[in-house]
Amino acid sequence: MAAGGFALGGVLLFIGLAAGSLLAQSTGGNDAGPFLDAYIWRITRFTLLQAGLSTLFSVLLAIPVARALARQASFPGRIWMLRLLALPLGLPALVGALGLIEIWGRQGLLNRVLAAAGLEQPVSIYGLSGILIAHVFFNMPLAARLMLAGIERIPAEYWRTSANLGMSAFAIFRFIEWPVIRGLLPGIAGLVFMLCATSFTLVLTLGGGPAASTIEVAIYQALRFDFDPPRAIALAALQVALTGALLLVLKLIAPPPPEGETSGKSIRRSDGASSLSRLADRVWLVLAAGLVGLPFAAIAYAGSKADLFRLLSEPVFHRALAMSATISVLSAVISVAVTALMIRTESLALAQRRPGMTARFFAGAIGASTSFILLIPPVVLGAGWFLLLRPFGDVARFAPAVVVAINALMALPFVHRVLAPAMATHAVRTGRLAASLGIAGFQRLLWIDWPGLRKPLFVAFSFAMALSLGDLGAVALFGSQDMVTLPYLLYSRMGSYRTADAAGLALFLGLLCLVLTVLGTAGEEPEGKGA
Amino acid sequence: MISTALALRGVEISFDATTLAFDCTIAAGGIVAVAGASGSGKSTLFNVIAGFEPPDRGEVRIFGEEMAGRPPAERPVSVIFQEHNLFAHLDVATNVGFGISAALRLGAAERMKVEDALSRVGLAGFGSRLPPTLSGGERQRVALARAFVRHRPILLLDEPFAALDPGLRTEMRSLIRDLHQEEGNTILMITHHPDDVRALAESVIFLDQGRIIAHDETARFFERRDIPAISRFLG
Repeated sequence: MAAGGFALGGVLLFIGLAAGSLLAQSTGGNDAGPFLDAYIWRITRFTLLQAGLSTLFSVLLAIPVARALARQASFPGRIWMLRLLALPLGLPALVGALGLIEIWGRQGLLNRVLAAAGLEQPVSIYGLSGILIAHVFFNMPLAARLMLAGIERIPAEYWRTSANLGMSAFAIFRFIEWPVIRGLLPGIAGLVFMLCATSFTLVLTLGGGPAASTIEVAIYQALRFDFDPPRAIALAALQVALTGALLLVLKLIAPPPPEGETSGKSIRRSDGASSLSRLADRVWLVLAAGLVGLPFAAIAYAGSKADLFRLLSEPVFHRALAMSATISVLSAVISVAVTALMIRTESLALAQRRPGMTARFFAGAIGASTSFILLIPPVVLGAGWFLLLRPFGDVARFAPAVVVAINALMALPFVHRVLAPAMATHAVRTGRLAASLGIAGFQRLLWIDWPGLRKPLFVAFSFAMALSLGDLGAVALFGSQDMVTLPYLLYSRMGSYRTADAAGLALFLGLLCLVLTVLGTAGEEPEGKGA
Repeated sequence: MISTALALRGVEISFDATTLAFDCTIAAGGIVAVAGASGSGKSTLFNVIAGFEPPDRGEVRIFGEEMAGRPPAERPVSVIFQEHNLFAHLDVATNVGFGISAALRLGAAERMKVEDALSRVGLAGFGSRLPPTLSGGERQRVALARAFVRHRPILLLDEPFAALDPGLRTEMRSLIRDLHQEEGNTILMITHHPDDVRALAESVIFLDQGRIIAHDETARFFERRDIPAISRFLG
């Protein structure tokens, strides 16, 4: 109990201090009035516009892709297509941005093909179009997989009945598939909108200037370039208000998309067998495979051309690797430990037959704090601590500790989603038995809890670590000569146009994060069931 | 002369571990019970007849016509499963309406037919209800109403009462008997209950380990003691 309270207190204190420092600073002299208003209005409008369009395109494209995967249940390579769709989730945004530039950029594959075809006007990836492409790259696969999982939950009898009744492909879509997808849409669209509205790295790298800047990026620019704390504070308040409103709206209108991965099992349905629907499905699948797969191929290709040996033996790389490894391991350990403590305390507080007001309030606070964290984006947290620590000397000295804490907090909601159901099942399975046998303390930890929870803990840990390894948001504010992580190194190499070095680093970082994510998701599959 | 509704000749279908083989002839106009232990191949037999699973070899003839390559909708067959027969998000009238037009183009005359079919299964006025608001027995009756408006000469019932309690089973049995008399169709019904067989069936097909090992008149079937699997079924 006490440990859980300590964990919750620590989390709240960390957030509270950041918020407090932002608020305290904002009371002093706020005379930038009209300029700030117009500026903030423009930034807000763009944030909402790009998030809205990104969501629209991601979801619109996901529908035919999910349907094609559902209808064509047994083509060779289907399992690889599903795996490809799972990849972007584990890829650091910065690495993804680099891959997208290789394809869509000025010197990218697409423009070279267009130039060869005699077209003059190159496609530009910078600005709104680039942000949209990147958001579709990251979120369309997510939306498609959630929709596919929904279609796969349709009872098998529906497909047989529709075949028996002779429903056309259009009738099947209209009467069976669309109702399911429509039911999922608010949840999926809400999730994607939230991710796009708070997207930092992609907008920073692909926005290409103040015209295409979101609130998150504007906070960073206000502190890092203009050193304008009042503006950063106003923006941070706006960001919190905006994400808060979004979370509230989501809670009211959109249930979270149900858990449940695509099982990979094939559904027997005969409606995708006509040559027309096969052709249509093939077109969508090739399109999706290209959209998602080509940037990965580009990262691998460009990275393999870099002088990897020299790159990996540079001292700055070693320092970045050591820093990234330390930060990600520490933040993952903290995140998993704090979350596990909080979940355990929450269930203990509620396990009493008549939980008192305090216990119930305590449990409620823990439950709410995990989603509360989503409210405070890492850049806002960073900004708060940046301003708080500034009077105490060089901010860079405290940077690693702050970044570790921010990364641990960022991972907390995701770790919670993995651990909470696993710990609840484990408690139901072993709690009474262990109590009746009198197994407690360290013995219980060693013989009961560790074997039972090892897998979900490992999944949560590798996920939190990958998240921290790929993070640029927290590091961007604090990065300096002494505080270089792998993404920060990659970002500065991209900024100084050392493209070959950047490509090599991106390949290394991308592989690292993908291996961690794959290790994590490999543990998620039920035992004895090959994909 | 009694015409043949259904004939399976040398039908074989293989799965990972097992091969099932079916040979049988079923006369038109009767109710045939299909029995056997779980995994004996009853549902696969239905899937082959309805066209959900193409057999590896052999021929399926319905009223003399070879069915190979014919999609499920173009076979003279309606199917009712144990559950999930209705699209849960669409109302009862729409679900029945699919039996008339799979693209759901329904005029006033068709709507009348739907309402008529619903009253024949005792569900007059239920048209605008959603399936989850109905009881299990009512849902199965809606499925029967849909089979009704389709007028297919063969009706496959895959354990249609399995999810119902005993009182409802009796009710459903008499409903099926009435419909059978009105329609004069051929009904094949998978069941685990000797009571169902006794109450409804004129003959029984018995499967064991993927083979049809007996096909008898009902009275004779209940006399059989020569095959252990049948003895176990009869209890």
